[in-house]
Amino acid sequence: MLKFLYSLTLLLCLVSCSSNEDTILQSKKITVNFVHKWDDVVVTKADFNSKSFETENEDKVSIELYRYVLSNIKLVDANNNETDVSDYLLIDLGEEKNLSFEIDKILINGTYSLNFTFGFSDEDNKDGEYADLNSANFNVPTSLGGGYHYMQFDGKYTNTTTTMPSGFNYHAIRAADITDPANPVYEDTSIPISLTNIEVTDGDIVINVTVDISQWFEDPNTWDLNTLNQMLMPNFDAQKLMSANGATVFSLDNDS
Amino acid sequence: MIRNCTFSFFICVFLSCSSDNSNDQETYTPIEISLEVPKLFEDKLIAPVIPVNNRLTVEGVALGRKLFFDPILSGDNSVSCATCHDPKKAFTDNLQFSEGINGRIGTRNSMPLFNLAWNFDERFAWDGKEFSLEKQAFEPVTNSKEMNNDWKTVATRLINHSEYPELFKQAFGNIPVDSNLVVKAIAQFERTLISGNAKFDKFLRGETTLTTQEQNGLDVFMQETKGDCFHCHGNPNNPLWTDNQFHNNGLDETFSDLGLGAVTGDPNDNGKFRSPSLRNLAFTSPYMHDGRFTTLDEVIDHYSEGLKNSTTIDPLMKKIDQGGVNLTTQDKADLKVFLLTLSDSDFLNNPNFQKP
Repeated sequence: MLKFLYSLTLLLCLVSCSSNEDTILQSKKITVNFVHKWDDVVVTKADFNSKSFETENEDKVSIELYRYVLSNIKLVDANNNETDVSDYLLIDLGEEKNLSFEIDKILINGTYSLNFTFGFSDEDNKDGEYADLNSANFNVPTSLGGGYHYMQFDGKYTNTTTTMPSGFNYHAIRAADITDPANPVYEDTSIPISLTNIEVTDGDIVINVTVDISQWFEDPNTWDLNTLNQMLMPNFDAQKLMSANGATVFSLDNDS
Repeated sequence: MIRNCTFSFFICVFLSCSSDNSNDQETYTPIEISLEVPKLFEDKLIAPVIPVNNRLTVEGVALGRKLFFDPILSGDNSVSCATCHDPKKAFTDNLQFSEGINGRIGTRNSMPLFNLAWNFDERFAWDGKEFSLEKQAFEPVTNSKEMNNDWKTVATRLINHSEYPELFKQAFGNIPVDSNLVVKAIAQFERTLISGNAKFDKFLRGETTLTTQEQNGLDVFMQETKGDCFHCHGNPNNPLWTDNQFHNNGLDETFSDLGLGAVTGDPNDNGKFRSPSLRNLAFTSPYMHDGRFTTLDEVIDHYSEGLKNSTTIDPLMKKIDQGGVNLTTQDKADLKVFLLTLSDSDFLNNPNFQKP
């Protein structure tokens, strides 16, 4: 019996003393940080309401609400092998929710891209399906196709013609044209994002994603808040402009 | 060696499976219960907030209910929680400002009480000053305009009462009766106050239909270019009918009551108050934190053409220079009819919520 126990112990020791190759397959802690900026200036909750930012159109903007959904978040290696990071995240800058996200995954060392969708693709934009987003009151009316907001960005602006602070609601959703309610037209305006060249080596991984809020107002469409400020959800063309501008909002911080 | 291990193992098992000693047998174990969550809430919302240190029990809820309706908490035994939170009025009163001890008048309209376990941020009262239901229940007892009592007196009265000592023992064991246990019991009862059986709930469950006018009213509610109520007050997928967040909804140009601003000390929060649920509006007039509007028509008129600008007005308030979105008379009427489909008379008459 004692001989058997000795053999078993030896076997366990041999198995646990793995080679270097196995070390690479160890679980790594992946941390994704979302760092919000206006151009190069970091924006935090403390800047809400009071701090003024200038858009490409020279509108002065203050922020009161900034929250958005990223979905289908994956790390993809050079051979297009996907590692799921999260189905979706509701990131709320003012409430400081999900500004940093951690997960343990087994990853082989190599070069990866971080892929995600800003908002939900039509396939995932299921009306009333996500209890946490319902609870956060993030829904879109069924008359506009239902599902969820991609982003709620509220604040106030001034410029040479609007001298008193005036509200804006830069709310991104799936574009919907309901001028003829019997024949609504919908277009998926979620934004696929791929942040490339993330080197995964031994040890834990920290990925810093820069979210440049100013880009919503400038690239490629210079945004004029005098004409596009509120009631943008049912504005099909405005949603398409938002979608185009959103493509340059997310980038990889060089320090990642 | 192995024989020794086996022996030790049996000793351990024997010790861990020992019978209760005589003291344990005398301790009453309260019966834990779960909230009766409406199916719609279960399907659409995340789980209600139940603190781990104050699980619901049959005995705790019953004790909380008795305390809620008992004026023993007030300085002169004249005022109970139910004085300002009447179950027949969806747990508010119909006064602009509630009347406390010795006829003293407060400065805020009493909030109705229901679906409190789904206030996920747990910021209670109009200004969010109370973090958790338990802490909220502390305040009225010592507030000079409400119950004007002190907790030491309350504890003494309860300890010397003919029934309460045994009820506390059943609910919480042999812990001395104090303010912590009182607010825990009241909070347990308050969490059971669930309203989820209005006409609109039945419509969502496929049990009834909406009239054309009610359906039009829902459309006004949900259209960003019309009422745009849904951004703060929920939607068919958020059956709370509130976001429980703080907004300045354009009531005043200057503020005599700072609301959230007085709590946070941040001038950017001045004039912000928590969005109330739109459930049970048929029973909860007058409206707003200061009860300034007697009727729903006045409320709708305010949002339609009565908005007043200020530095902290919520960006969701639209066309402020025109006073609001200027709904048509028909849209206003339809919106009102829809809002009334959110009232739940079953909630008022639930026997579990009445004075025991």
